[in-house]
Amino acid sequence: MDPRITASRAPTLLALQGVRKSYNLGRPNEVEVLHGIDLQMQAGEFVALVGPSGSGKSTLLNILGLLERMTAGRYQLQGQDVAALDDTGLTMLRRRCMGFVFQFHHLLPAFTALENVTLPALMAQGRVTAADMARATELLGAVGLADAVHRKPSELSGGMQQRVAIARALVHSPSLVLADEPTGNLDTQSSDDVFALLREIHARQGTAFLIVTHDLSLAQRCDRVVEVVDGVVAHDGPPDRGQRPAGEI
Amino acid sequence: MAALPLGFEWRVALRFLREGRMQSLLIVAGVAAGVAVITYIAALINGLQANTVAKTLGTQAHVSLRAPDDVLSPAGVPGAPAAGAAVLTDTQPRAQRLRSVANWQQLLPVLEQVAGVVAVSPMVSGSGLALRGEASQSVAVMGVELERYQRIVNLRQKIAAGQWSLAPGEAMIGTELAADLGVRVGDRFSLDTGSVTETLRVSALLDLGVKDLNRRTVLLPLRSGQSLLGVPGGATVLDLQVADVWEADAMARQLRSRYPYKVESWQDNNAQLLSALNAQSVSTAGIRAVVLVVVVLGIASVLVVSVVQKRREIGILRAMGSTRAQVMRVFLLQGAVVGALGSVLGVVLSWALIAAFTAFVRGPDGGPLFPIHLSWGDVVAATLMATLCGVLAAVVPARSAAALDPAQAIRM
Repeated sequence: MDPRITASRAPTLLALQGVRKSYNLGRPNEVEVLHGIDLQMQAGEFVALVGPSGSGKSTLLNILGLLERMTAGRYQLQGQDVAALDDTGLTMLRRRCMGFVFQFHHLLPAFTALENVTLPALMAQGRVTAADMARATELLGAVGLADAVHRKPSELSGGMQQRVAIARALVHSPSLVLADEPTGNLDTQSSDDVFALLREIHARQGTAFLIVTHDLSLAQRCDRVVEVVDGVVAHDGPPDRGQRPAGEI
Repeated sequence: MAALPLGFEWRVALRFLREGRMQSLLIVAGVAAGVAVITYIAALINGLQANTVAKTLGTQAHVSLRAPDDVLSPAGVPGAPAAGAAVLTDTQPRAQRLRSVANWQQLLPVLEQVAGVVAVSPMVSGSGLALRGEASQSVAVMGVELERYQRIVNLRQKIAAGQWSLAPGEAMIGTELAADLGVRVGDRFSLDTGSVTETLRVSALLDLGVKDLNRRTVLLPLRSGQSLLGVPGGATVLDLQVADVWEADAMARQLRSRYPYKVESWQDNNAQLLSALNAQSVSTAGIRAVVLVVVVLGIASVLVVSVVQKRREIGILRAMGSTRAQVMRVFLLQGAVVGALGSVLGVVLSWALIAAFTAFVRGPDGGPLFPIHLSWGDVVAATLMATLCGVLAAVVPARSAAALDPAQAIRM
């Protein structure tokens, strides 16, 4: 199945309507960073989120990842209105539906690669089954780390750590993987390898990806580019392979 | 395989502790030192108090039962006094004479059946003069049934010379008295109680541990005492030994409420000693409380630092779907583990301190100054207390960890 072909016919994964986000609400230094974001993503889409620094990308990513609450607007994830959920409800939804890949890998240094990847299962069930171990080992093999499963993050290169983080984000088969600058801290070769890996996983599993990036060439290799400028969506559509999206990236 | 309760929390808590190895070791050592101080002081004070009480009770009964004091009633006429009549209310206290406990032979087996009483011994006691040549000493005359009295006061251990024997015409006397009278085992001396004088043969010399007692004690067979003191067939005191020395007071109260006798516990007769022991216990409790507070603050401060150091990891765990409660439990478990580990090490350290005390602190006789033991009750109590303190100390850091905003924590 080619997700690029089926994405438009796929069910809606998430929908934002008029989402606003303010910090220091009600104080003299109140500042609104998102001014009414409308965004929809279908299941299995591979989307780049771009925009200049301070445009609100990270805030939008945090709201999409249920790590922050919006100030106003509507957010439906898999048909569920997230505003109605309490902290535990948000956590459970995040645990079930989301996978995260951060710029600085953010692996737990005290755990081996395999243990980092099995953490979501341990967190959800209180134990790691043989099936969980097999799945984690398979994923680490798929990201090219079959020989490094028992190594700690400090014994892995930056690219390898990011691969572990990708395996961890995918281990519980989430509907959406949110990646915040997944290649931002890697050299060009590692960056290309990691991006190719994300595309490969997407092609194989059909998981939806939303990738925040400053790298124009990576954004152009996504199926859809959403550009946020000054807290609003300035551009949303297929990448213009010939020219960069409006605004500085 | 069944899921381990709190499997995730345990795994993360232990890894966090292992990750900050030096920090964890230091705080475990701190807790161990605290627990060692608490348990060692408890053992030391318990040993000291037990030794003091044992020495005090080495020569006296736990509870003694006597005939009630003679009391004079004020003179007067029944009913309301007539107008102008003088009423004499001031009475001179009556001099107490030696009186036997009424029906003591019947009472003795009854007292032996009372729960908590382990031994009862009749005694007739009074005063007299021990005479030999030109020497005369005022003495306390005590007529006893030797085998029964042995269960009240361990006389066998106190024999400095002579034999375990108290046949008619024999007496055991204190070592100082023997020196004052110039007698040895087998020698004879006279005992004058005012009305009767009898010559007695010294069967044994006793060292009761207190010079004054050694100077005044004369032990006779009960029958000799009865005839010498003019209480034929009587017993002026019934001495009781109870299973738990600290229950003697309650036992005395119980007997007072049940029988019309004058009943006194060893606590009644040693109020100053008890007050000193209580003061010692209170100050020890104070020291233990301060040490506990220090332990709690130590654990709390390390965990507070740990929360700050692990903000990012906490953020990742929250982003991955761990609940606030799970994060909180991770830190509470760390506190509990530090408390439990520290208490186990502390108990071991305490045992070592006790062994060192026993080995190196010696009394004048070359033996241990007094026996000290760490009871299992103290060990369990200290372990539970330290673990609980660990959990309590972790509450504030755990709450702050659980309250962390994951988005902010990840950005740190």
